[in-house]
Amino acid sequence: MGKCFWAFLFIAFGFAPSITAEHNPRTERISGSAGDVLEDDPVGRLKVYVYELPSKYNKKILQKDPRCLSHMFAAEIFMHRFLLSSAVRTLNPEEADWFYTPIYATCDLTPTGLPLPFKSPRMVRSAIQLISSSWPYWNRTEGADHFFVVPHDFGACFHYQEEKAIERGILPILQRATLVQTFGQRNHVCLKEGSITIPPYAPPQKMQARQIPPETPRSIFVYFRGLFYDVNNDPEGGYYARGARAAVWENFKNNLLFDISTEHPTTYYEDMQRAIFCLCPLGWAPWSPRLVEAVVFGCIPVIIADDIVLPFADAIPWEEIGVFVAEEDVPKLDTILTSIPPEVILRKQRLLANPSMKRAMLFPQPALPGDAFHQILNGLARKLPHQKSIYLKPGKKILNWTAGPVGDLKPW
Amino acid sequence: MKLSVLQQSYLNRRSNSFRSSGPLDSSSDSAIKSPAAIFWLVLHGLCCLISLVLGFRFSRLVFFFLFSTSSTNFYTSPFRSTAELAKTLDVRSVLSTNPVSNIELPLLNKTAMNSRVVVGRHGIRIRPWPHPNPIEVMKAHRIIERVQKEQRFQFGVKDPRRVIVVTPTYVRTFQALHLTGVMHSLMLVPYDLVWIVVEAGGVSNETASLIAKSGVKTIHVGFNQRMPNSWDERSKLESKMRLRALRIVREKKLDGIVMFADDSNMHSMELFDEIQNVKWFGAVSVGILVNAANTDETADQKKDEEENARMPVQGPACNASNMLAGWHTFNTLPFAGKSAVYIDDRATVLPRKLEWSGFVLNSRLLWKDGGDKPEWIRDIDMLDGDIDSPLGLVKDPSVVEPLGSCGRQVLLWWLRVEARADSKFPPRWIIDPPLEITIPSKRTPWPDAPPEFPANEKPVIGIQEPIVKHTTKTRTSRSKHRSKRKHETRTDTQVSTRHSEQN
Repeated sequence: MGKCFWAFLFIAFGFAPSITAEHNPRTERISGSAGDVLEDDPVGRLKVYVYELPSKYNKKILQKDPRCLSHMFAAEIFMHRFLLSSAVRTLNPEEADWFYTPIYATCDLTPTGLPLPFKSPRMVRSAIQLISSSWPYWNRTEGADHFFVVPHDFGACFHYQEEKAIERGILPILQRATLVQTFGQRNHVCLKEGSITIPPYAPPQKMQARQIPPETPRSIFVYFRGLFYDVNNDPEGGYYARGARAAVWENFKNNLLFDISTEHPTTYYEDMQRAIFCLCPLGWAPWSPRLVEAVVFGCIPVIIADDIVLPFADAIPWEEIGVFVAEEDVPKLDTILTSIPPEVILRKQRLLANPSMKRAMLFPQPALPGDAFHQILNGLARKLPHQKSIYLKPGKKILNWTAGPVGDLKPW
Repeated sequence: MKLSVLQQSYLNRRSNSFRSSGPLDSSSDSAIKSPAAIFWLVLHGLCCLISLVLGFRFSRLVFFFLFSTSSTNFYTSPFRSTAELAKTLDVRSVLSTNPVSNIELPLLNKTAMNSRVVVGRHGIRIRPWPHPNPIEVMKAHRIIERVQKEQRFQFGVKDPRRVIVVTPTYVRTFQALHLTGVMHSLMLVPYDLVWIVVEAGGVSNETASLIAKSGVKTIHVGFNQRMPNSWDERSKLESKMRLRALRIVREKKLDGIVMFADDSNMHSMELFDEIQNVKWFGAVSVGILVNAANTDETADQKKDEEENARMPVQGPACNASNMLAGWHTFNTLPFAGKSAVYIDDRATVLPRKLEWSGFVLNSRLLWKDGGDKPEWIRDIDMLDGDIDSPLGLVKDPSVVEPLGSCGRQVLLWWLRVEARADSKFPPRWIIDPPLEITIPSKRTPWPDAPPEFPANEKPVIGIQEPIVKHTTKTRTSRSKHRSKRKHETRTDTQVSTRHSEQN
């Protein structure tokens, strides 16, 4: 009798966890570095004050060229709009933890749609001169509690060519501010300590509109569409993508498992949903919207960019979700991908299927809980409280306002 | 020190030579007077010549690295990239055409100490044999299968039931054609399968060898009557054979969904997914592919075509609230009196009112004591005659579940095509012993043909000559025709070239 009782208890405890565990085989919760950070709600944890700049810094630029709303650098514009109507906004700058300066620095587009960064340093500089003279908060910390959204190729280095960008370095007056940028590469001049890496903007409505039924079997093994050689800018080869994209093409153009080409198919989004792996190699800069598209469509991203820092890297365990391949291992890409055990692949797909993962990569209009805007705010909230040392004694200056190339000092 | 001078002059050189006439930078033409610059100019020219001779780019960079020390930090030596010209210009001229190859230029690789990724020109790494490895391809396919299985598990039918397929067949010329088609469809079905093949005329090696290749679980049963030669009789016998198969299901207590796959029908894969939804007795729409052969009356034909512009479909008909309201059947009136009677007639073959293949049933309906069997099903053993379609098994036809979004999706197609009754085919479609009479073709190199001896050649030539003459006739006529159009002075050459081309 006693034995039966103990046996019963034992069995009950044995089964209890399995009964109460949420058995949802389709998705898996992502546990970030501090628990389920992706689902944190930033409201109440920080306050942001938005400077009122004259419209020549933001609205007029957008009016001149509305294409800025749909290209991959559109995050700066949408962030401004989000903050204007967000619950974290405060109209009282004395109680603000962070200060936001709405400058659309990436909105000077060529006829083909590429942003020119030549005027951006001057624009930023002039904006900062304005805020430092009109409000005392810049001088109080020399910008250490200010953040700027700089989604351009190499962030606040404000150039599209890597060598030039490295030469310029981060704009000297932004040295103390927090930069919210898409570019991220370890040990690189243009990534400052404490920056927040964000995904590039990808249009959420377009992607939602092109969903195919989830039971469509994934039959493409590896998928990629894009350039391998940039013939206009790099006719010899070897500069573009550090030769990695060219290596992918030369090694795998004959391989039927790799559906790679330079075409622009109309079924690009649908094809991604039918693929198991999507290549996300670097281009002229290491980041690309392909990562966002791969995550939204459930295709495991294969990231070929040495030392890249991926968006929200402190909240999303990218190692568990994507596959990282060193640029020198590109010739062995097929071996690497086929030797991943199927259970690992299924687990990655389950992590990708998690809706909070997909939401965190998008900038929807209007904002939804858990989206990229909220992740940025979460990132900013995690940096609070500010250290006392950022508050400077009145009159003390650390930044060198005349540093940088002479062209930058001209007024805008 | 010297190194920096070298670097400096190198940089000047490089930016000079690749500048175009843009308003870009100023002047450096005046700087070419220094002896070091002249030395580099001469060296550059020498390297150009060597490159022209050798055919690949013999870069001065090689010299640069030969004479440099290893302590230079390559990271800081800015190689001006050509991207600078991107905004204003066109492609600069490259010395040679070998941009992409296995040039493992010993440039700018990562400095191992602080694992920095370096900017600049990198080699394009190509492995020695850039072709797929078959073992890896197979591994990739297994991964794809596993992923798709998981997808089916998550999004497809929950708890798929086994499919029991009933196929009546008999040995004839087109049996291999039809049965292979059905077999391949069944091999692709992702669910458990049992294939019951009932053969008229007894079990034969032909059929057995065909279905052995399928890899699915088969039950091969013989039926003692031979298949008669008329379509009516044939369908009656097929009904009997199917009932025989249903008796097997009852005996063995097979559990699953019974579907009827006639060997000349075509099935889509969605059919097998759709029939998993059946509860007890379901019906699908069958597309009827009727071969309207040999109708000479043009007026009637046109009328028929207008009326039967869409493919006729047999199956359940639903009313607005998606409930079964009736049946679509095939309209046989246009073919009255003109339909095929015997199997090898060249006239149209008509289907029955309702074909067996459009129905699926839960195998538990056939069990003797199924327990929760509904009461509208008749027992097979209690049937007092033969039934024309499975509707004969139900007392009340309104219980039939329409499948395929209420009959709107056509998931399989019915077709009857048979060869002449006297047509012969090699048993098991193997030609053994090899054919004896062979005629060598003129164009094909015939490896076993002996070298042509004049004695042997005569009869061969005798056969071939008329053929040869015929073709040369056509050739000359064509070339003459063409040469007439061309300019007269060129006719001769035209004709001769035509001959040589065609030869």
